[in-house]
Amino acid sequence: MTDHFIEDKTTKVNVSVDGAATQKVDFNDLKSGGFIKQRQKDLFTVRLRCPGGKLTTEKLLEISKIAHKYSKKGVVHFSFRQSLEILYVDYKEFGNIVAELEKIGQKVASCGPRVRVPTACGGCEYNPNGLTDTQKMADMVDKTFFGTPTPHKFKTSFSGCPIDCARTKEMDFGFQGVVDPKWEEEACTGCTICAEACKEDAIASDPDTGKPIFDPVKCIFCGDCIRACPTEAWKPKRYGHTVRIGGKHGRHPMEAVEVCNFLPDEKVADAIKMTIDWYNANGKRGERIGNALKRVGLESYLKHMEPVFKSSKA
Amino acid sequence: MSDSTLDLRGVMCPINFVKTKLKLESMEPGEVLEVILDSGDPIQNVPKSIKEEGHKIVEVKKEGDFFRIKVQRN
Ligand code: HEM
Ligand code: SF4
Ligand code: SF4
Ligand code: SF4
Repeated sequence: MTDHFIEDKTTKVNVSVDGAATQKVDFNDLKSGGFIKQRQKDLFTVRLRCPGGKLTTEKLLEISKIAHKYSKKGVVHFSFRQSLEILYVDYKEFGNIVAELEKIGQKVASCGPRVRVPTACGGCEYNPNGLTDTQKMADMVDKTFFGTPTPHKFKTSFSGCPIDCARTKEMDFGFQGVVDPKWEEEACTGCTICAEACKEDAIASDPDTGKPIFDPVKCIFCGDCIRACPTEAWKPKRYGHTVRIGGKHGRHPMEAVEVCNFLPDEKVADAIKMTIDWYNANGKRGERIGNALKRVGLESYLKHMEPVFKSSKA
Repeated sequence: MSDSTLDLRGVMCPINFVKTKLKLESMEPGEVLEVILDSGDPIQNVPKSIKEEGHKIVEVKKEGDFFRIKVQRN
């Protein structure tokens, strides 16, 4: 399940560097391992693997030194999927740079038809709006599924709340944090703050008592009411993920469709595994899962996913 | 009754919260600060942040377009 395609090095070639020491360069890495050819002759971008866009400062310091040493122009770039890219690296140095990165425990990312590095927002660890531990989930997905072969690229992301900064609607498979608010009348003082705090008009205040009148159809499960209520009359009933499938950007963007609500943390890995199984069984080579779903039908997928999704129905 | 009042009408997020926080920190634990907040963004955000800092909102009154809330310092 892990990145064996990077580790199973077979086609090693000796490259002589300035006529001095020779080193081995794995040309398989060029296709699978996050080395992207630049316009400039012999120069490549080396894309690092940074799940959730998070790095320890300690590692960042080490990466800086390596980037400074190998980038011919002394520049890095943040990829659109949160990973750091070292630009202008001579391909003859691949062996050295990979070895140095490995020494500090930094892996190189991947390209091509496989599970990509997950992206994630800050989530509940430090973001005031966060409902789910997006960083922990991204880490789990990276460890468990990164590099798993699929018919085409497979991008996942985690947003901590319905503001959806990690754009789960544009992912092959996206997870967005939600919370189910529950109101307990005894604790309510009728202050009307929750009606003000709800940006979806899902709460109106009773004109006489000031107490909330809740419209579940309008609720998007953001938890603003829970955080605003001064007396804890609004409480979290359960947390989970809204799950979306089949989105993508690119030349022909598609919006993902919602397939499950309130999927608990502990079922995320199962959901991804089962979805990859369905994709590998039904997707054509070079076909994104959204297109496969359109061709084969969403019902086939939902039926396949029933064991994972059914328990999370509202 | 409140020990102090901050009229934050017309003050934007998050400065309104920062002013509230600084004021509370200058007060003694248990003292009550009255804060006047506009409806809209301020009333949507400031009470959440006050709660997250561990202070207690003990009273909320709506007066036309603004809110008068009483906060007890933690
Ligand atoms: C206590 C103060 C504030 C906190 C804690 C806060 C927190 C946040 C957070 C966590 C986000 C999510 C976006 C991200 O991570 O990139 C966000 C988005 C945003 N914030 Fe704030 N913010 C505060 C004050 C403000 C103020 C004063 C403004 C403008 C006057 C503002 C404007 C915005 C805008 C426009 C977005 C993007 C929203 C979207 O795209 O849906 N924020 N804020
Ligand atoms: S999705 Fe929600 S939790 Fe995540 S960064 Fe945006 S506002 Fe914060
Ligand atoms: S969870 Fe969000 S949308 Fe639902 S009632 Fe509360 S504030 Fe409104
Ligand atoms: S914010 Fe809490 S106390 Fe105030 S009206 Fe809503 S539920 Fe009642």
